[in-house]
Amino acid sequence: MSLDRAAREKLVRALAESMIGHADELTSLDQAIGDGDHGLNMKRGFEAVLATLPGLADKSLPEMLKAIGMTLVMKVGGASGPLVGTFFMELGKALPEQPVRADLVTATEKAINAVKARGRSEAGQKTLLDVLVPVQIVLAGGGDARAIAAEAAQAADRTTPMLAIRGRASFLGERSIGHMDPGSRSASLLIGAAVAILE
Amino acid sequence: MSNSNSANVGIVIVSHSPKIAEGAADMVRQMVGNAVPLAWTGGDIDGGLGTNVAGILEAIESAWSPAGVVILVDLGGAETNSEMAVEMLPEDRRARVVICNAPVVEGAVIAATESSGGSLLAAVKRSAEEFYA
Repeated sequence: MSLDRAAREKLVRALAESMIGHADELTSLDQAIGDGDHGLNMKRGFEAVLATLPGLADKSLPEMLKAIGMTLVMKVGGASGPLVGTFFMELGKALPEQPVRADLVTATEKAINAVKARGRSEAGQKTLLDVLVPVQIVLAGGGDARAIAAEAAQAADRTTPMLAIRGRASFLGERSIGHMDPGSRSASLLIGAAVAILE
Repeated sequence: MSNSNSANVGIVIVSHSPKIAEGAADMVRQMVGNAVPLAWTGGDIDGGLGTNVAGILEAIESAWSPAGVVILVDLGGAETNSEMAVEMLPEDRRARVVICNAPVVEGAVIAATESSGGSLLAAVKRSAEEFYA
């Protein structure tokens, strides 16, 4: 996989658009079972990322990912800043400049482990890990872009009947059941936007 | 934000609400005066409810003491952002900053009281965590 400068900029813009364009939806998901700031937080974070273009896309892919992660950590605000930011930063640390599929598989595994450590969480607790983990398994199993995007969307849907164990939604106990996890939805949107560019 | 020149363990208060953070800091000052370095931070970067890493880093810097700093946090994001901030500190400072598992207001007052007597970092953290355990 080789991403030239134009492709890197396109990737950044697609990621940002997926959050900015869905800010209201993410906020209403978060109003149901959280503090209602997820859409606004992710929008703020990715607007800050966009503001670092065009210089951001001049960087190599690993450096660009690290820079995106740091911007998200500093600007998003909620717990999703450190969680999503850590994912991007660790991906950047683990990927070579011209990654092949095997590099993506190992790098995403490392990045997911870092998110688990940051949130002291595992899959099954109604968090973004419930999207990241199954999508990584499809990636590792050789799934194509369409299969990855489909798994991301389905995995987010599968959080709806889950009981929240981590995050603000866990305060609601069983009332968290029946609503999609906002962090899973944003993760699935980001993955969908990324694979549409990378396929 | 306010500070003292004390060598006692510093206290940092992190709340989603700047009003809560500032109010908790007022309560600490009422109890211990200027005997401990103290700083508070709250709100996201646009001034809404939330926490942000840059604000937490500034507060740690402001309440810095060679004896270390304890951080009191309210809800999830305050803790996650505080952990992120601690990891971003220079290595020689990182081990001297700890996050307390204690209620933010009560924990801050108890930790500050313990610190004002010259206790070490671990004892300050323990006092806040054990009081409400």
